[in-house]
Amino acid sequence: MTNSAVALPRANWRPTAWVGEHAPIFTVVAVLFVVWYLAAFLMNAPQVRDAFARNEVKYTFSELVAGTMEAKRPVVPAPHQVAIELYDSIFGYPLNSPRNLAYHAWVTLSATVVGFAIGAIFGILLAILIVHLRTLEKSLLPWIICSQMVPILAIAPIIIVVFGAIGIRGLFPKSIISAYLCFFPVAIGMVKGLTSPDPIQLDLMRTWSANKLQVLRKLRWPASIPFLFASLKVSVTISLVGAIVAELPTGAQAGIGARLLSGSYYGQTVQIWAALVCAAVIATVLIAMIDAIAKLTARHMGAAT
Amino acid sequence: MTPSQPAAGAVRAAHASPLTVDARGVSLTFHTRDGAVEALADVNLQISDGDFVSFIGPSGCGKTTLMRVIADLERPTKGTILVNGVSAEEARLKRQYGYIFQAPALYPWRTIERNVMLPLEIMGYPAGERRERMQRYLKLVNLSGFERKFPWQLSGGMQQRASIARALSFDPALLLMDEPFGALDEIVRDHLNEQLLRLWDQTGKTVVFVTHSIPEAVFLSTKIVVMSPRPGRIIDIIPCDFPRDRTLEIRETPEFIKIAQRVRSGLRSGHSYDE
Repeated sequence: MTNSAVALPRANWRPTAWVGEHAPIFTVVAVLFVVWYLAAFLMNAPQVRDAFARNEVKYTFSELVAGTMEAKRPVVPAPHQVAIELYDSIFGYPLNSPRNLAYHAWVTLSATVVGFAIGAIFGILLAILIVHLRTLEKSLLPWIICSQMVPILAIAPIIIVVFGAIGIRGLFPKSIISAYLCFFPVAIGMVKGLTSPDPIQLDLMRTWSANKLQVLRKLRWPASIPFLFASLKVSVTISLVGAIVAELPTGAQAGIGARLLSGSYYGQTVQIWAALVCAAVIATVLIAMIDAIAKLTARHMGAAT
Repeated sequence: MTPSQPAAGAVRAAHASPLTVDARGVSLTFHTRDGAVEALADVNLQISDGDFVSFIGPSGCGKTTLMRVIADLERPTKGTILVNGVSAEEARLKRQYGYIFQAPALYPWRTIERNVMLPLEIMGYPAGERRERMQRYLKLVNLSGFERKFPWQLSGGMQQRASIARALSFDPALLLMDEPFGALDEIVRDHLNEQLLRLWDQTGKTVVFVTHSIPEAVFLSTKIVVMSPRPGRIIDIIPCDFPRDRTLEIRETPEFIKIAQRVRSGLRSGHSYDE
């Protein structure tokens, strides 16, 4: 769908055609908003009704609806409440203020990116080792799988405390928790990718008596690139989740996790939802960036599109 | 090797030819889940320098396996094999042969020129010579002008020609070709066969060629090795003495038909059981 849009000459571009092509996307978004508003009404109606009853006020249905859309502490905030909260908390304070959501987002994003980089590199190295030393696959893989079965909420405080004891605080321990979560899909995907060349392509290397490093650089690595990007897309979101989770159990002062935590302490549901939406936007942007790099790389490597 | 001299093949033929391949008592048994499979049984074969030798036989007769043994892609369980006077492994490590597979097996992320230069990169040729050789051999297989294309932009026949240029790029004395034109239609195939003959005649290389087409084998070869399956073995070795610069017209001559008949009867005798 998007491909054909790109292929069209600029002169043929018509707004109606663009809308037609993207109609499914708009439809889905519209349905989501309708469901969200409906949920906000249904979930908040009891507390609004109770409030009216407590004050012994007669109310109409439209007053009830208005009440559910403007509740101070809604069970489910309405979309426009979240939007207003997002706007206020990003543009209402200076950027370095701890009340600014963008500041918290930056704290989490930097831990995410560093953790993602560490995890991706570690995952790739692990995959290269596993592919070249078959014995490692049997001896190492069970431990790798075990590592992913331990709940991260249990591990995270331990890592923070251990690093804190040796004087390392702030970004790095959070990144380690991110990396701990996100190396796994990269390692699994890259083992698959590095073993993806055809037997004939490997035989060719053998007929040229290429050494293992050459086979890796000139065959296994380029063959694994599509697998790499697929894994990176999965692991970048996991990395963000890891950074947020790392902020939860440790009483972090800054970050989206800290924002979620303080929101739940003070019953600020709108603030929680705004932080969640913010995290979702960050994840979407990160994935879109990886997608863009993947497309550029694919074009450079002769992909047919 | 002096491939640029057109008379190289003729000069070589005048001398007593040393052996390029010398297989004695070669047997190979694969151990599969369904039990042992005797892919090759007691194969004896001598290929002289400058020969064009075809292996012909039904599928499963071990012709590809025999070629893979020559290339040191498989190790025989019994017997010895010498390539250019040394063990097959040593010949492989010295990069003394170029292998052309059934599929072109070009690396899809490399352009045609970078595919042809790949073995040269691996063998450590300097960049200038890589480029010069790439251009020379792409011209030889009539692919000049396609340097910057990616493999998927070329037809199957052109891809296979690129893979031949790749195998020739480091100028090995021995070419191992495993049904290189098997996937192509007959018109393209005839054309490529003629080109291959010219190339063999000009460069004086030794060619080992796997096929299951009788006319192809007779047209190309100086020696036809007829094989039969279960276990894979040689049942006849037929000399085929047409001039080196033969053309497709020889296929109508009585000599051609006579050799083709001998190949066919050899193949039939290998099939003494019903199938």
